[in-house]
Formats: sequence, structure tokens, C-alpha cells
Amino acid sequence: MAWPSSPEPPVITSAKIVIAGGFGVGKTTFVSSLSEIPPVNTEAWMTEVSEAVDPIEEGSSKTKTTVAMDFGRITIDDSLILYLFGTPGQPRFWFLWDDLCRGAIGALVLVDTRRLDVSFPAVNYFENDTGLPFVVAVNLFDGRLWHELSEVRDALALSPEVPLICCDARDRASSARALQTVVTHAMQQMGSSGPPPGALIGR
Amino acid sequence: MATQQPNRWVRPYVLTAGRTRTKRPLLMETLVSVTNYDPGFATTLLPESRALYEYARRTLSVAELSAHTGLSLGVTRVLLGDLVAQGRVMLHPTSALTGGGPSDFHMHHNVQLLERLRDGLAKLA
Repeated sequence: MAWPSSPEPPVITSAKIVIAGGFGVGKTTFVSSLSEIPPVNTEAWMTEVSEAVDPIEEGSSKTKTTVAMDFGRITIDDSLILYLFGTPGQPRFWFLWDDLCRGAIGALVLVDTRRLDVSFPAVNYFENDTGLPFVVAVNLFDGRLWHELSEVRDALALSPEVPLICCDARDRASSARALQTVVTHAMQQMGSSGPPPGALIGR
Repeated sequence: MATQQPNRWVRPYVLTAGRTRTKRPLLMETLVSVTNYDPGFATTLLPESRALYEYARRTLSVAELSAHTGLSLGVTRVLLGDLVAQGRVMLHPTSALTGGGPSDFHMHHNVQLLERLRDGLAKLA
């Protein structure tokens, strides 16, 4: 059980992307399909607030929900690790979003077109409360796109500059491409006259 | 009825002597390593700090350390802050360049690092 403990451990940089969206949109699945560790789901973060368990929404095949947010890890190379943090879906954990988003490269907001409304709060949060670059991804449940992306964009009232893509959260490659879009979008925002540190996004 | 139930809502902050903040920003993804692991030092620590010290031998993020030890994020940060101040653990850099205040979400990121990230993700895609 002893880990090799060299005197000066090699320096490893960590980065973070937030996976957001409403209840049951596939955040846990998304994190699971990419993470090299089993998604850690901890109630420890919640004990400061509540231990209540959410009721299961009617009409949903989801049989249980995550009380806490979960996170995953992807080793990019021997000196760079990417962490994925899924946001808690329950409104009473809003205060944790700020902690999750601080320092993040950007966010991916997952939506389920059958229940777009559950992701409205997440979209609002990133549009109005943070300057964080974000991308919206329609999670292809059953591998099908049920609505045109332009319809989804209208329904979410997304600004034209917010990328809207499709992904299959169960599929590793598809999920990796979605993250790539987040990184590319963040780079573009940095390249253009992105918002200054701490600024709110206009419009 | 007035039995003394251990109150887990209060006790952690007794452990941290009432402190709820650390001097340095510890992001959830900040990696923590033990420098020169010292078993003798480990035995002097309270169980919670000791657990953090032992887990950090593997180089783990603040979020993972909190999850593994079952300590809240706030307590984890404060206790890690003490270990950092004592020179017992080191904090690794994050992609977010510090300098912004704690309320600044949109931190600057190193462009070369984002390129590495993008290219690394491409290998998975």
C-alpha cells in the first residue's frame, strides 16, 4: 500500500471543465464515458447543506439520482490532468456552482430536447452570472436528434455566439469532441476581445 | 434525553479552530502532493489532517481529497492550508492563472496549455 514518494513530486498542471444541465440530462453518463476513474460521487460536499434525496420525476426512466455532483479525471499527458465536474441538478445547491466554476476553462451545458426546460437555469447561469465560455450540447438520447438545432437554439434563446452541438453522452469519442469544442471556444474567446476578468457577459 | 450526541455539523469547524477560509486559493481541481513524506510527522497530526496527508502522497485534487476523506470542502481547504504553511504538502499549478479575486470566474488561461488540452482530447475523439 506504500506509494512511491519521491522527495519532489513532478509538477502536474490541472484544468477543469464544468458539465452542467438539468436533472437527468446525462451528466453522470457523460463524465463516466470519459473518466479514467469511476465518477466520484460524494455526499461529503453536501453535508453542509442537506442530505435530502430528490423525488424521481414522473415519466422518467431514471430510477435514482445523484445527491451530489460527480467528477471525473482525464490524464492528457504526464504533466496535464483535466477534471470534469458535473453540477448538482438540484436548485438548492446553487451556491456550489460558483465554487465549481471558479477557474474553469469553460462549461458544457447538456440538454435533453424532450425536457429543455430543466436546462434553462444552467443556460441562464452561464449567460448572465459568469463570464465563462460555454457550449450547449444536445444529448442524443436513443441516438436520435428529435428537433432541428435551430429550433433548439430558438427555444433556449441562445445568443448566436454560443456554439450549439450534438453529442452522445454514452460515447467516449463523441463526448471528447464535445469537450474539444469547449476548449476551442474558450480559445476563440481569449483570442477575440473576450470579457475581461470578472466581467459579466453582455447581451 | 440530554445525551451528548456527537454533532457532526459543528465539529469540523472546531477542528479548524473556527477558521473557514485559507490564505491561498485552493480550487477544486488544485492538485496536492506530499513533499518528503515523514511518518513521524504523520503521527503528530489529528486524524483528519493525517488522512489528508496520507492521501496526498498519491497527488490528488482538493475535490478528490475531500471525497476520499469524507471531509467537507471547506474543512479540507483549511486543513490543507495548514499543511501547506508547514511546508508538508505542495500545491501544483492550475490552468487558471491566479491574480483575479476569488469572485472572478473568467480567469485567464495559458494558451499553450489549452492547445495541449485540445490536442489531447483529439486523441480520444
